[in-house]
Amino acid sequence: MNSHDTPLNIAGRDYQSRLIVGSGKYASFQQNLDALVASGAEMITVAIRRVNLGQNKDEPSLLEVISPEKYTILPNTAGCYNAADAVRTCRMARELLDGHKLVKLEVLGDQKTLYPNVTETLIAAEELVKDGFDVMVYTSDDPLIAKRLEEIGCVAVMPLGAPIGSGLGIRNPYNIRMILENAKVPIIVDAGVGTASDAAIAMELGCDGVLMNTAIAEAKNPVLMASAMKQAVAAGREAWLAGRMPRRLYASASSPIDGTFF
Amino acid sequence: MQIHVNGEAMQLPDGATLMDLLAALKLLDARVAVELNQEIVPRSRHTEQGLQDQDQIEIVHAIGGG
Repeated sequence: MNSHDTPLNIAGRDYQSRLIVGSGKYASFQQNLDALVASGAEMITVAIRRVNLGQNKDEPSLLEVISPEKYTILPNTAGCYNAADAVRTCRMARELLDGHKLVKLEVLGDQKTLYPNVTETLIAAEELVKDGFDVMVYTSDDPLIAKRLEEIGCVAVMPLGAPIGSGLGIRNPYNIRMILENAKVPIIVDAGVGTASDAAIAMELGCDGVLMNTAIAEAKNPVLMASAMKQAVAAGREAWLAGRMPRRLYASASSPIDGTFF
Repeated sequence: MQIHVNGEAMQLPDGATLMDLLAALKLLDARVAVELNQEIVPRSRHTEQGLQDQDQIEIVHAIGGG
């Protein structure tokens, strides 16, 4: 973190890194861990699923490789299409992680777009906040819905940049800006980042962080891409803090006109 | 008695507890969370939690995801 910056605070805890990574789609737990280390991230998402009763018991589990003592584990509600399933998943996650209250709420609308089901997301968010959870919520890039989720008491609002796993980048930067202007909680772009410049763009818009999974996991070299993302998030953040020059239609000479000898 | 664990039917002796089930599944040391008929059973109650015929049990853990 740059000395001009302050840590990212989520639910009372400070993070030096503004990059949050996922743990899906990796070739192995070891590759996932190597990418996590290279990314510098301090928070990593996990999914909650049935134990495979026939599985090889000698295989380590994810949380043995990626330690909840070392990293903030962010259980998600991926795969939930209604509020009830999402709330149930969060309660299972809380039990699994010994009372851990931080969750990533995502209630999906359909399998093709994986767009959020906003009405069910609002219902689930209310119930989870009432139940004492610290809710980081995945949502559309609608500024009014983002504000509503903040008012409900979510600790971070996470609009999509583009559909989950699409790698299309920040498709509507103006909406992200509108969300940022009204926000009093951290705004984290969740979904859509495809490569390092996308992450930098999110941070240059003034986002408080970026959450990504596929952009790292599906890179040809995930560990190298994780390192690229670390630098992109840091560079974008510093550019935001530095304050960019204004855009001009025409040129503005960098060398003085005065003193020319011809 | 017959119970259903993660959607699969299983036979257990009458009087078995949740701890007996987890032992049978070699999950005693695993980091898992358990629901009995859609109610979470905290880890501290696994030993005393009795099971009954036709109970529905879900056992979950953390896996990779975004």
